[in-house]
Amino acid sequence: MKHLILIIVAGALVNNVVLIQFLGICSFLGVSKQMKAAASLGGAVIFVITIASAVTSLLYDHVLKPLDMDYMKTIVFILVIAALVQIVEMFLKKTSPAIYKALGIYLPLITTNCAVLGVALTNVQDGYNFVESVLSGFGTAVGYTIAIVLLAGIRSRIREEDIPAPLRGAPIVLICATLMSIAFIGFSGLSF
Amino acid sequence: MNKYAERLYNGLVKENPTLILMLGMCPTLAVSTRALNGIGMGLSTTAVLILSNLVISLLRKVIPDAVRLPAYIVIVASLVTVTELLIQAYLPFLYDALGIYIPLIVVNCIILGRAEAYANKAVPGLAIMDGLGMGLGFTCSLTLAGMIREFLGNGSVFGRAVLPESIEPIGIFVQPPGAFLVIACIIAILNFRGIKTRQRQLVEDCDGCCANCFEKCEKVEEAMK
Repeated sequence: MKHLILIIVAGALVNNVVLIQFLGICSFLGVSKQMKAAASLGGAVIFVITIASAVTSLLYDHVLKPLDMDYMKTIVFILVIAALVQIVEMFLKKTSPAIYKALGIYLPLITTNCAVLGVALTNVQDGYNFVESVLSGFGTAVGYTIAIVLLAGIRSRIREEDIPAPLRGAPIVLICATLMSIAFIGFSGLSF
Repeated sequence: MNKYAERLYNGLVKENPTLILMLGMCPTLAVSTRALNGIGMGLSTTAVLILSNLVISLLRKVIPDAVRLPAYIVIVASLVTVTELLIQAYLPFLYDALGIYIPLIVVNCIILGRAEAYANKAVPGLAIMDGLGMGLGFTCSLTLAGMIREFLGNGSVFGRAVLPESIEPIGIFVQPPGAFLVIACIIAILNFRGIKTRQRQLVEDCDGCCANCFEKCEKVEEAMK
């Protein structure tokens, strides 16, 4: 049990997917202008990464490994993730229009979010079983959400500030990310 | 300047994918701890980019518009798998250093972005030059970031120690925060030098990935004219 909780905490804080592993930087910088959009994207990412980790873990253990087709994993995973995002989108549209309305435009963006493929590949690399993969996926996605919501909060504060001209736009956002990353390195001192 | 040289210049300087278009940030930040890793990653991506641009340009009249993105993804994923196997076989040290970021070339925004923005409309020759220019632009920025980080954080250049031992290197630069800081400074310096482009400010609601919101970027570009 302790081991499973540890996987979630490690995924969310210690190995934060954005600030320590640099996955999903594109959307981290692009969709963090407004708090609401950032939170919606975070929700969509938690949803998709958790399901994608479950599906790719099952596929790897029961199809790719028995057939000895380990080298096909990149192609299989990216296609599964793309298809999955489409299915999730259609399913949500049909069953819960409210959630679809909130997450709708962000779902297609997630296909090319490298965090999803990154988590699937890391799970395989670390030899996680089904339960561990799902939890690690969930933890990672929570870490992503924490990071993007925090950045959106910071950006809403710096919007009114008088920033030197060359630093406006991307550089100041990256500097905020630097400071957040330094803070997150502190979590690596966590011991259980 | 002829059309082919223009593509090279465009990729290297005018629309440098990392520093100006802000594409492919994930590998830039992640593997720039050493200049050599930067070169390795940059050249692997360049190889995939040239081949994917070529294949997509050759198939541009065959692939139906409705399923083009899945088709591109399959092409790119196959090329990346081949590259990964080759690196694993012939350059094992690079394979160990880059790790998971090699398969992640698949989701590098630069590749799908160029497929969508250029290769699916261009003749094969120009598409190859576009891939080469963009790839080299990416390699240069990666190597530059790698050199700065390696020098400041490790006191060495291309693995050779250059600082006397009495000077303690600033360890944080080879750790994750250093990546953000160095890229931020490079972009700020470019801004200061006045290289102005349409994408310096990220487009609203854009996730930085041209494959997803390419049309939106075009609209902004038109509006700015």
